[in-house]
Amino acid sequence: MFFNEDHNDIRDLAREFAEKELAPIANEIDQTDEVPQRIYDLMAEMGLFGLKIPEEYGGLGLDTRSYVCVMEEICKKSIASSLIMSSCNSLSTAPMLLAGSEEQKQKYIPKIASGEEFMAFGLTEPGAGSDAGSMSTRAVEDGDSYILNGRKTFITGAPFAKNTIVFAKTNPEKGAKGITSFIVDMSLPGVSVGKHEDKMGLRGVATSDVVLEDVRVPKSEILGEVDRGFITAMKTLSVGRIGVATQGIGVSQGALDEAVKYMLERKQFGQRLADFQSLRFIIADMETKLNAARMLVYNTAYEMDMGMDVTKSAAMAKLFATESSLEIVSAALQMHGGYGYVKEYPIERMYRDARVLTIFEGTSQVQQMVIAGAIFGK
Amino acid sequence: MNILVCIKQVPDIEKIKIDSAKNEMIMTGVPNIVNQFDTYALETAVRIKDANPETRVIVVTMGPAQTKDALKNCLSVGADKAYMICDDILSDSDTLVTSYVLSQAAKVIEEREGQPFSLFLCGKQAADGDTGHVGPQLAEYLGLPQITSAMEISIDGNKVLVRRLTEEGAEIKAAEMPALVTMSQTEYEPRYASVKTKMAANRAEIPVLTASDLGLDAACVGLGGSPSKLIKTFVPERKKGGLKIEEETGELSAQKLVALLSDAGAI
Repeated sequence: MFFNEDHNDIRDLAREFAEKELAPIANEIDQTDEVPQRIYDLMAEMGLFGLKIPEEYGGLGLDTRSYVCVMEEICKKSIASSLIMSSCNSLSTAPMLLAGSEEQKQKYIPKIASGEEFMAFGLTEPGAGSDAGSMSTRAVEDGDSYILNGRKTFITGAPFAKNTIVFAKTNPEKGAKGITSFIVDMSLPGVSVGKHEDKMGLRGVATSDVVLEDVRVPKSEILGEVDRGFITAMKTLSVGRIGVATQGIGVSQGALDEAVKYMLERKQFGQRLADFQSLRFIIADMETKLNAARMLVYNTAYEMDMGMDVTKSAAMAKLFATESSLEIVSAALQMHGGYGYVKEYPIERMYRDARVLTIFEGTSQVQQMVIAGAIFGK
Repeated sequence: MNILVCIKQVPDIEKIKIDSAKNEMIMTGVPNIVNQFDTYALETAVRIKDANPETRVIVVTMGPAQTKDALKNCLSVGADKAYMICDDILSDSDTLVTSYVLSQAAKVIEEREGQPFSLFLCGKQAADGDTGHVGPQLAEYLGLPQITSAMEISIDGNKVLVRRLTEEGAEIKAAEMPALVTMSQTEYEPRYASVKTKMAANRAEIPVLTASDLGLDAACVGLGGSPSKLIKTFVPERKKGGLKIEEETGELSAQKLVALLSDAGAI
């Protein structure tokens, strides 16, 4: 209904990759807190970093449904391994595609699509999370440049990023309407990266602060128009939500698969767990929830491919797919009993990995604001 | 040079479940894949192409319409072109007929491609029939030298050098090309398709060769033309558990064996 033969083939390809390459090392990635370079090299060769990026900028120019198919399969085995791919197809390149000049697009996007260079996305600050418009990073005009000062936090991939898209206030008195986005070369004087956050889950991809101290950024690196950066950020996040929603259905399916496998093997009171009606019904409920979430995600992807406004449906997909993923990973862990609480079983990692999904790229509460806003008006 | 890789589509044996009540394999829902040894043959051919870019890798299979999926897979991991031999009168052909049909197809493909094949690669055996007949029989039909169970291949001028595994160790054999080599498992794994090659493979045109394209006589193919006859299939009886003698030294093991045989009155 949502997918054609190409989508299904791309999904098969991603599934084979995830089962052969990611599943055997997913727990190791978590424990060593590092995705091996070999995985990124394979993903680059397969073209996954440029799936949605237009062909004229070195990508494959595929639709959102193709992206959803690949992300779902990868996240069944390892959400951590999906983060960089997701960023390249979304947070790293969407701002440039939305607001960048032709020269900027040609300069930066092909290297992101090929996996040569990573571009981080720097919006969140220690004091400005959901309320991103209250950011305090400043950019002051000085001749042919702007001087940037401030601190960005929880920046995915910051330690290995070649550049970061930084949002900073150029006209603080205008609030969110005084924010401009800049492409900041991470090797510029005054740019430094903070400590690698010791996260609960999604371990394997560094998340750090980006500190800006009198960083001189040439005006040629302004992304879009001065004072129009916040719109770029919001539009980027609204298309990025589909990625996190897909991570939700991916990890949910992965967790259910683990639970079902375990329930067919584990015996108590003389029968398999899969034979206890009370446990079967829990799995039936989780399966139903997962499929409801999946329909929201697939439908949003389809609407995006049809060029429709998905502000509300993407928010609903993220809200439902990620909130239900927490219930599903929790129930799947419960089925494992004490074994679910030890690191030997993948469900322990999945439980921790899923937890951030209702938080990053817009908390569930922000999604509720977006959905309610679409119903009642602002 | 041109390389012909012969492949077979087989059920994914890892996904087959056994109905323990009936002692039968449950084949419904089992996906079809390219026979594993054939994927090593293809990867080896594509590696030869990587080193010698003028090489063309052509894949052929014989089978029902759904074998097209197997050929598409091959196109997505480096084959330049694929041919499908498909004709109702070929169904139920045994390995001898299959080899004969492939040999005829090889000649027709050489003509269409305008260049003879220098190298023919096959997997050493298929996961379903497990006979290992087709490669050697094809070499005989084509009148070519053959080397079986290769682990590694290299090209040296007009010779193919093959490292093959034997019970004693490994040996290197050489044959003048054109030659046929059957592949065992290699040290390298077959590459992944990229999204781009996968989509290109979906759009590739795969020519179909029928019995008449190959000039085959209907009486010589299919079930009727096959000399092997299937009498019945059955689940073999389980052998009773044997005895493993594993003493500290070979000498002690031998002594124990003699003692056991002697006690049993066998010697």
